[in-house]
Amino acid sequence: MTVTLPSTGQVWDWLSEVPDPEIPVVSVTDLGIVRDVRWDGDTLAVAVTPTYSGCPATAVIDLAIETHLRAKGVEKVRLERRLSPPWTTDWVTAEAREKLKSYGIAPPIDGTAPDGRGGLAARLSGRANLVIECPRCGSGNTAKVSQFGSTPCKASYQCRDCLEPFDYFKCH
Amino acid sequence: MPSLPDAEMPDALALAERAAAEQVHDPHVADVDLKPAFFDWLCRIGDNALILGHRVSEWCGHAPVLEEDIALANVALDLIGQTQMWLSLAAEVEDKGRTADDLAYLRDAMKFRNIKLVELPNGDMGVTVMRQFLFDAYHFELLTALARSESPRVAEIAAKALKEVAYHLERSSDLVIRLGDGTAESHARMQAALDALWPYAGEVFVADAVDEAVARAGIAPALPDLLPKWERTVAEVLDEATLTRPDRRFDVHVGGKQGRHTEHLGYILAEMQFLQRAYPGAEW
Ligand SMILES: [Zn+2]
Repeated sequence: MTVTLPSTGQVWDWLSEVPDPEIPVVSVTDLGIVRDVRWDGDTLAVAVTPTYSGCPATAVIDLAIETHLRAKGVEKVRLERRLSPPWTTDWVTAEAREKLKSYGIAPPIDGTAPDGRGGLAARLSGRANLVIECPRCGSGNTAKVSQFGSTPCKASYQCRDCLEPFDYFKCH
Repeated sequence: MPSLPDAEMPDALALAERAAAEQVHDPHVADVDLKPAFFDWLCRIGDNALILGHRVSEWCGHAPVLEEDIALANVALDLIGQTQMWLSLAAEVEDKGRTADDLAYLRDAMKFRNIKLVELPNGDMGVTVMRQFLFDAYHFELLTALARSESPRVAEIAAKALKEVAYHLERSSDLVIRLGDGTAESHARMQAALDALWPYAGEVFVADAVDEAVARAGIAPALPDLLPKWERTVAEVLDEATLTRPDRRFDVHVGGKQGRHTEHLGYILAEMQFLQRAYPGAEW
């Protein structure tokens, strides 16, 4: 008896149904952390890249992917860790950015990741003050509370107009 | 919220091993002549991240304000995650069947290769912030150089870690400036922290045979090349922070890289390694 293996396109569709454990409105493919899907004989190999090297969600994401694919009938799944090229917020899809915003998280502003000495110079001269729009009222009159927020990928901000505290998905 | 499915947790170690097996070929990893120095050097990088990460994690639940508590925990988490990558590669290079966990939990103090700066007690926030800044300024330059390493395995870890450390350096330099150029009290504490830590700050730049061997192999930069960049960052930030660079040597307390540590490391290991020592192989 021969078993027809699902196409990798089908697998990508299934993966787009797997939510990120910490921000469930976006999927693992929305975030751009699935790097490769391929068949190795009758084993499905899925390469995932970590967002942050110490991100505690990594193991949970692997588990969620494996569980979902098994539920779809894939019997042999192998998860691989892929480090390079390193994940950046550039991989976050446009659709995901809209979803983040409506969920109350300000999406990342591309090209604003710190770059060490250059970032230092920018900050000392005041050029590093980003305008992060409040996801609730849209005001640009917001202030950074902390560069480090509830999870490694987010910073804490507050709106000075509507007073809403919110997360900013920081550029990485 | 749906309950977690009844499935086995993915085996992180097996995942890492399989990923490693599929990596691009890196001739340095299997170079027998290079092995002792490469292993030792990877332990230095990994142990700096591990011990500083552990120290910083001690603030969790104790920091003076909530935002700092969260930031410190995030920095610690990044460093522990980086440790996992460095020590995994170290174990692979050593090729004696040990894992990153074995290296972290089952080595004695004399086998640790971190610099003394990172094992010093947290002290007050002034000491914690200043230690972080002096280390971050070095860590950033090191990783920037390592991201261009001729060893692809080293380069990919460095590129990943660099993105995190850029945030660490931004935060710690920001805090040094705010606290140094703050109240009389915060200024005095930051200057006292700088004076106390300064003789430890230079150990990372003192090269020995191990550093020279990995530099010759194209894996790592020559340490003297990093120093001017570190000095520039430090000078810029201290100046902005109205703090005075101590007029004394910064490479007084050395030896950590060769396994000669302060008494403080033993206490860290006693806490960090207790579980694996008392219950070998325990998992959760
Ligand atoms: Zn608002």
